[in-house]
Amino acid sequence: MITKRIIPCLDVKDGRVVKGVNFQRLGDVASPVELARFYSENGADELVFYDITASAEGRALFTDILTETARTVFIPLTVGGGINTTEDFDRVLKCGADKVSVNSGAIRDPSLVGKAAKLYGDQCVVLSVDVKRVDGVFRIFAKGGRENTGMEAVEWIRRCVGDGAGEVVVNSMDTDGVKQGFDLELLEKVCAVVKVPVIASGGAGKIEDFITLFRTLPGVDAGLAASIFHFGEVQIPDLKRAMRENGIPAREEKTEGKTC
Amino acid sequence: MVAIIDYGVGNLFSLRSSFAAIGQEAEVTSDPDALRRAERIILPGVGAFGDAAEKLRKSGLDQAVREAAAQGKPLMGICLGMQLLFEKSYEYGEHQGLGLLKGEIRPIAERIPAGLKIPQMGWNALKIVRKAPILKYTEEGEYVYFVHSYSAVKCEDSLLAATEYGAELTACAGKDNVTGCQFHPEKSGKVGLKILKAFCETEAGA
Repeated sequence: MITKRIIPCLDVKDGRVVKGVNFQRLGDVASPVELARFYSENGADELVFYDITASAEGRALFTDILTETARTVFIPLTVGGGINTTEDFDRVLKCGADKVSVNSGAIRDPSLVGKAAKLYGDQCVVLSVDVKRVDGVFRIFAKGGRENTGMEAVEWIRRCVGDGAGEVVVNSMDTDGVKQGFDLELLEKVCAVVKVPVIASGGAGKIEDFITLFRTLPGVDAGLAASIFHFGEVQIPDLKRAMRENGIPAREEKTEGKTC
Repeated sequence: MVAIIDYGVGNLFSLRSSFAAIGQEAEVTSDPDALRRAERIILPGVGAFGDAAEKLRKSGLDQAVREAAAQGKPLMGICLGMQLLFEKSYEYGEHQGLGLLKGEIRPIAERIPAGLKIPQMGWNALKIVRKAPILKYTEEGEYVYFVHSYSAVKCEDSLLAATEYGAELTACAGKDNVTGCQFHPEKSGKVGLKILKAFCETEAGA
């Protein structure tokens, strides 16, 4: 059976992980490279790096960090943040990213998903959306959740998947940061219309939230979270164990310790 | 030295890095002579079969790969590179492969129940069918990372490992010095690195 994926997300600004990190076992807790290594050795199935830097220097630094991470971490890496053109895809893929996530870039240029899918394959293009309820309707927000585009969320997702997005990260702004569980209502609507993998984001506060997610919505393929992993509130090996105990397929690493 | 064939399909950064991580010198090359000099060869690949097979032929690398295989040089195909080792593929038409392994490439949609997502994307467990040298460090049930919509069928006795995704799909195949992995060992954590390490330890000779 294919397993449900658990994906820590690292927001990187000026070369450092933001949203705080609280691991005593890490020498430099805000180093994206060290944190990525830690996660890959502790059960993460995949990693997402979001570049939230605005400056050009910050962007160059991010690319260096990505390269360094991809040299030592051998699980899939998705990279997002500031992806507006196919040149941006090229830039991060050359540094070792496996998948590239687009959000505002696809809103600004609705042909971006299709162009990138043709060049790099559907499996490489991840659509990421920030969704919020406005007067009872799910709307797509752009620019890191600051701007209401007015677009209806499920229709936008369906359109981008039709254009070639191979995976969708659904981030609910309503549940994000609240730690009371994922936005099951929104996710159910998305799962009903797309056949590509759906990654749930926003709202995880504890292990049970992931169990509820995968039990309620078998169409969800992965759960993504940031701070609960960074602060050690949820340890991925414990989460995986709980998933297996609840009959949810989760990857287990049989060989512990060093490589080879 | 391991030669990683660069024929314009896919991203070879991780593959090269993963050999570095196991202390193996690896060179990314599109030069047929470099393949002749190499001790071992990796045939990578993502994308569509027909397009990749055409690129391999146009560059003359297909001949170099066939020669190397005939000489008994260890050769491993990865993902689409693995599929190219077989006789033919039915991805958007019918295309000839290298014919180094018996079998053909067919859509997984023909074999798995409707409702399962395609491509199979994610970590799935290996069922070892035959413990070939490349699987010497691999245990039953270990997880590897897959991204594919097509898989090899009619592999006969070259089937080395399968994975369960609504049906048993070919995960690893091989005969003598020619082997292939449908999954990405370079993205499969320690389990994947051990497979690359085992490949680097296989002996030449058909």
